[in-house]
Amino acid sequence: MLEIKDLHSAVEGIEILKGISLTIKKGEVHAVMGPNGSGKSTLAKVLSGHPAYEVTSGEVLFQGKNLLDLSAEERSLVGIFMGFQYPVEIPGVNNAEFLRMAYNARLLNEGKDEVDPLDFDDILQEKMDMLGMEDKYKERSCNDGFSGGEKKKNEILQMAILKPVLSILDETDSGLDIDALRIVADGVNKLNGDDNALILITHYQRLLDHIKPDFVHVISGGKIIKSGGKELAHELEAQGYDWLTTAN
Amino acid sequence: METKENSVADAIDNDYKYGFTTNVESDTFAKGLDEGVVRAISKKKGEPDFMLNFRLKAYEKWLTMKEPAWPNVQYPKIDFQNISYYSAPKPKKKLASLDEVDPEVLNTFEKLGIPLEEQKKLANVAVDAVFDSVSVATTHKKKLMEVGIIFCSFSDAVKDYPELIEEYLGTVVPIGDNYYAALNSAVFTDGSFVYIPPDTISPMELSTYFRINTEETGQFERTLIICAENSYVSYLEGCTAPQFDTNQLHAAVVELVTLDNAEIKYSTVQNWYAGDPETGKGGIYNFVTKRGKCQGEKSKISWTQVETGSAITWKYPSCILQGDGSVGEFYSVALTNGYMQADTGTKMMHIGKNTRSSIISKGISADHSSNSYRGLVRVGKNATDARNYTQCDSMLVGDQSSAHTFPYIETGNSSLQIEHEASTSKISEEQLFYFEQRGISRENAIATIINGFCKDVFKQLPMEFAVEAQKLLTLKLENSVG
Ligand SMILES: Nc1ncnc2c1ncn2[C@@H]1O[C@H](COP(=O)(O)OP(=O)(O)OP(=O)(O)O)[C@@H](O)[C@H]1O
Ligand SMILES: [Mg+2]
Repeated sequence: MLEIKDLHSAVEGIEILKGISLTIKKGEVHAVMGPNGSGKSTLAKVLSGHPAYEVTSGEVLFQGKNLLDLSAEERSLVGIFMGFQYPVEIPGVNNAEFLRMAYNARLLNEGKDEVDPLDFDDILQEKMDMLGMEDKYKERSCNDGFSGGEKKKNEILQMAILKPVLSILDETDSGLDIDALRIVADGVNKLNGDDNALILITHYQRLLDHIKPDFVHVISGGKIIKSGGKELAHELEAQGYDWLTTAN
Repeated sequence: METKENSVADAIDNDYKYGFTTNVESDTFAKGLDEGVVRAISKKKGEPDFMLNFRLKAYEKWLTMKEPAWPNVQYPKIDFQNISYYSAPKPKKKLASLDEVDPEVLNTFEKLGIPLEEQKKLANVAVDAVFDSVSVATTHKKKLMEVGIIFCSFSDAVKDYPELIEEYLGTVVPIGDNYYAALNSAVFTDGSFVYIPPDTISPMELSTYFRINTEETGQFERTLIICAENSYVSYLEGCTAPQFDTNQLHAAVVELVTLDNAEIKYSTVQNWYAGDPETGKGGIYNFVTKRGKCQGEKSKISWTQVETGSAITWKYPSCILQGDGSVGEFYSVALTNGYMQADTGTKMMHIGKNTRSSIISKGISADHSSNSYRGLVRVGKNATDARNYTQCDSMLVGDQSSAHTFPYIETGNSSLQIEHEASTSKISEEQLFYFEQRGISRENAIATIINGFCKDVFKQLPMEFAVEAQKLLTLKLENSVG
């Protein structure tokens, strides 16, 4: 589904990703871990087409096509979703209306009719129930004044509405309380079928207790320095990153 | 990062859709202004003596006055001798019906979305169409007359209802109020007049559409609306002008009067040509005096404006809250881009007891533009228990625009309750990326953020106008995204 080959990327002229290669197949869950500032969020943003991040070399194929040719909007429409580490606040824009715009953009792209607010409310209500979100999050402005955990839940709500092919969740677990983590993880598991794939960026094993990864990768200094199965996450939890970075 | 910010700014630019000119034969005075010109205008319009005297007094006053220097705007000195003070599309003969209006003029209004012909006219809105200096047509006149509402051009009102004009003209904006009001009082050529009799709710929206066509003509129109006891009217004003390299002066005066329990809701969507967005060349100087007097008890005047055009805007729709328990409101969205400059706001003058005012101002500045809010809340010594709420929000797009707020409060007694809120925000690249990551285009993202920012003002507009205002702002953002 996704093939990243020797990807280099720079922001404001400073190289941050220094040759990432990674292959992800349908149905797989990949965990990406690594020290602060190692380039995990940068990878997520480059994959979703953030204009500030320049790809200096390398290749990314998504479902066999060159992903790097597409704009951020087009990447979303072909099914790439990023759950932001720091979701931005959008004052004045009603959350339900924002979600409906995003949903309708997909429908239009597929040549279908848009849904009106009433019909959309049914779709939205079901997903909000699944995530245990109260009604007030429909009427509030998108992310505006949301607590850290509420913002993360709202990201997963969007994922549930948009049904992406590939989801990249950037530290969705940070900020969630213990119960919310379980609810969100259950939701993500439900959404992730055999035709989807998931990249989970996280610092903690506890998320991986709920969403079982098939592979764990460690990024350090803009490179994947180690890949393994889910047991690698346990080792990291016990020992930190030092043994990996110094061994290199 | 600078290129990023500019790309947000680009999204605000647009081409001006109304920049065409119409070829009509017109009757235009030679440039220049002296007492003779003032007399000639009055004569041309066949006015009674009181009008000529009003004009002459104003002209004399104007000669003694100076252009105001306090607004936060910059422009070269205006040469008032290089403007023509009268221009009218030449009628084939005296205008008795629409058939005699130059078809080019009718076409112009149709192109602007304001059909005037009987079979095509808008169903729920009565329109007075002003082309350069004169009113060319007023629709639905008869239907309004059936309930006693007078809606006609100012010139007709001077002829047909001289006693009303004489009683109210200049009572809200005195002749010598300010430099441009004095000039307008001397040379105004036309405009609209509305009288709503007691106990009458206007069955439709009334509206004036102003169109400047001729280069180097000033537009000085005059509007007077009187709403008698227990009556209500909603009034809309729209305007456009062709694209010229030179600046044109628009110096209008609007006076509103409400008697006991009456309410006037006055809404403007202003889209005069703003000048070339790249060079700043050309565009309208919009120096307008708008003021309402809540003369009666418990009466209400509400100004809503969406200002999206003009090279320079200098405008403070205000309320004199004279009647006890009267209410003044000001809702404003001012968008500046290119090299536009706006210094706009309101004055709320609390004179009666228990008077209330609220002010909601939203300024959006992009590119190299400058956007200032200037507001005064003045409370007289007899205005006990007055209340004011002011909210003043600015949004910056890009790094080169600026926003300023100048709130003034002058109070003559201690029982005033005042609440003031202000904020400055910015459309960030991160916000736009967030929308795009969800499959929403950049263009829609900007329109959505701006509409969200302005919604407290838009919801004050009559439905059709709100839709038009939203479209206009979105249009200003079109063509840009790339
Ligand atoms: N827009 C930017 N401007 C300047 N530097 C940036 C930018 N984005 C990322 N960086 C730098 O790139 C490096 C990698 O950042 P990134 O956000 O990808 O780290 P991360 O692995 O996600 O860290 P964390 O675990 O703390 O979230 C950091 O040094 C960061 O400061
Ligand atoms: Mg990160």
